[in-house]
Amino acid sequence: MKAIYRTHRMTDAPLSKQEIFERTHQRHHRMVAFIRLLILILFLSLWEFSAQMGYIDSFFFSSPSQVALCFAGMIKDGTFFINTGITLLETIASFLLVFVIGMLFATLLWYSDKCAEILEPYLVILNSLPKSALAPLFIVWLGTGINTIIVAGISVAIFGSIINLYTGFRQIDEEKIKLIYTLGGRKQTAFLKVVLPGSIPTILSNMKVNIGLALVGVIIGEFLAARRGLGYLIIYGSQVFKWWAGMIEMSIRIYPYK
Amino acid sequence: MTQPILELNDICYSYHSLKGETDALSHISFQVKKGEFLAIVGPSGCGKSTLLSIISGLIVPEGGEIRFPQNNEEGGNMQSQAKCSPRIGYMLQHDHLLEWRTIYKNIILGLEINHQVTPEKTARAIELLKDYGLYKFKDKKPGELSGGMKQRAALIRTLVLDPEILLLDEPFSALDYQTRLSVSSDICSIIRSAKKTAILVTHDLSEAISLADRILVLSKRPATIKCDIPIHLTVTGTSPLASRNAPEYQGYFNQLWKEISDESHIPNPSDDGCPAK
Repeated sequence: MKAIYRTHRMTDAPLSKQEIFERTHQRHHRMVAFIRLLILILFLSLWEFSAQMGYIDSFFFSSPSQVALCFAGMIKDGTFFINTGITLLETIASFLLVFVIGMLFATLLWYSDKCAEILEPYLVILNSLPKSALAPLFIVWLGTGINTIIVAGISVAIFGSIINLYTGFRQIDEEKIKLIYTLGGRKQTAFLKVVLPGSIPTILSNMKVNIGLALVGVIIGEFLAARRGLGYLIIYGSQVFKWWAGMIEMSIRIYPYK
Repeated sequence: MTQPILELNDICYSYHSLKGETDALSHISFQVKKGEFLAIVGPSGCGKSTLLSIISGLIVPEGGEIRFPQNNEEGGNMQSQAKCSPRIGYMLQHDHLLEWRTIYKNIILGLEINHQVTPEKTARAIELLKDYGLYKFKDKKPGELSGGMKQRAALIRTLVLDPEILLLDEPFSALDYQTRLSVSSDICSIIRSAKKTAILVTHDLSEAISLADRILVLSKRPATIKCDIPIHLTVTGTSPLASRNAPEYQGYFNQLWKEISDESHIPNPSDDGCPAK
């Protein structure tokens, strides 16, 4: 892109309206990226500066250089990759289970209005439970293995997912379903030909939310039950006041889902 | 006299809600002959659409029976799977083309549902697309087509299933006036040339007169048949535009208007000028 810009300058060819638009557009994006980076650098330097000058106690607040050193150490001895891998695995497992269970229940509810009517208050109540408070119970029921952590991941996302998918299914135009009947179809035809393809945007946005929630659930599970994983690293780090390292790892992990 | 293709005997239907019972149709009986184009008009909310849903088998009447004498087939009392009889094509008010399918895929939707995607049927679909000037749009999504084109596509979707009776539930009401005239003239010529039997529900009297062979006027709820008017226009050709210029047109219009306005207490047209022709 820069090359195009320069060629134009050299040949002195007049810019077309489209080129001017494209250039303004690029300039806007460069500006946004630059200011974002600037804010990060300012924050980190202020933090480092305050720690160095003793304005804040680096024992409690740490400092960017200490975090970087600790992080480098974790990468060197491989603990970072092992723990990230485990958390990733657990998150993917919970996410897939949430997707499958959520779709099954939402389909069932769509199929049977009676079922939906009966279960609706339970779903609302279960969805509003503070799931992190349930994590100790999962440990009692399932021990401290990977199962507990996956169940913790599922518990955070599943009820919201069912409600969301079911609402999405219900928003499909009734007349489109009637159309399927007029063409000789049955309820399952209407589901496969209209409801499911029409709900793809809902399903995708639901998946995006779920992967984030599954990660949160898994980290909560690891806080309490694990001896490996990022949640464990955060807890361990906070106990030895390396919690900043843990938080940064978590931001790195969460960032792609934003 | 040709044998009727469809026979309704003493059809009754009412809607139930906690607020009580609303009678929609009361003792409706009529016959439709093969190849006939019947229009049903009536005050709004009188149960015209309910009547079509009953004929199509989507809802089961509370009383009476529907017969298809030529097929010896019981239509109305099929066990209620809310399923349309394959002999009947039902065209709804809006096109309801599925926006994630191309026009061609939309048109063969009915074939897919009935497991009839055979080379002959798809060839027929292509032929219909060509006839109605939609062939070059066959790989486009419905969003890229105009309202009239979409309604034509919806008609083709109904026609590829080769129904014997076409039910048209105000299929032109969502179109602008100009498109409406051209689409209704298309649909009329398709139905006439294929010798299909059609039942058109409409609130547009001029549309009913120009398209139909016979008009049933329904009373307001609970609907009964108020009168049954055969239409004979002395005009050559079947184009609905030509029909509107027939000498009898205005007479039929005034007669229908009188029947309808008696029902819904609309002021007489002579009070506020003649309605749109």
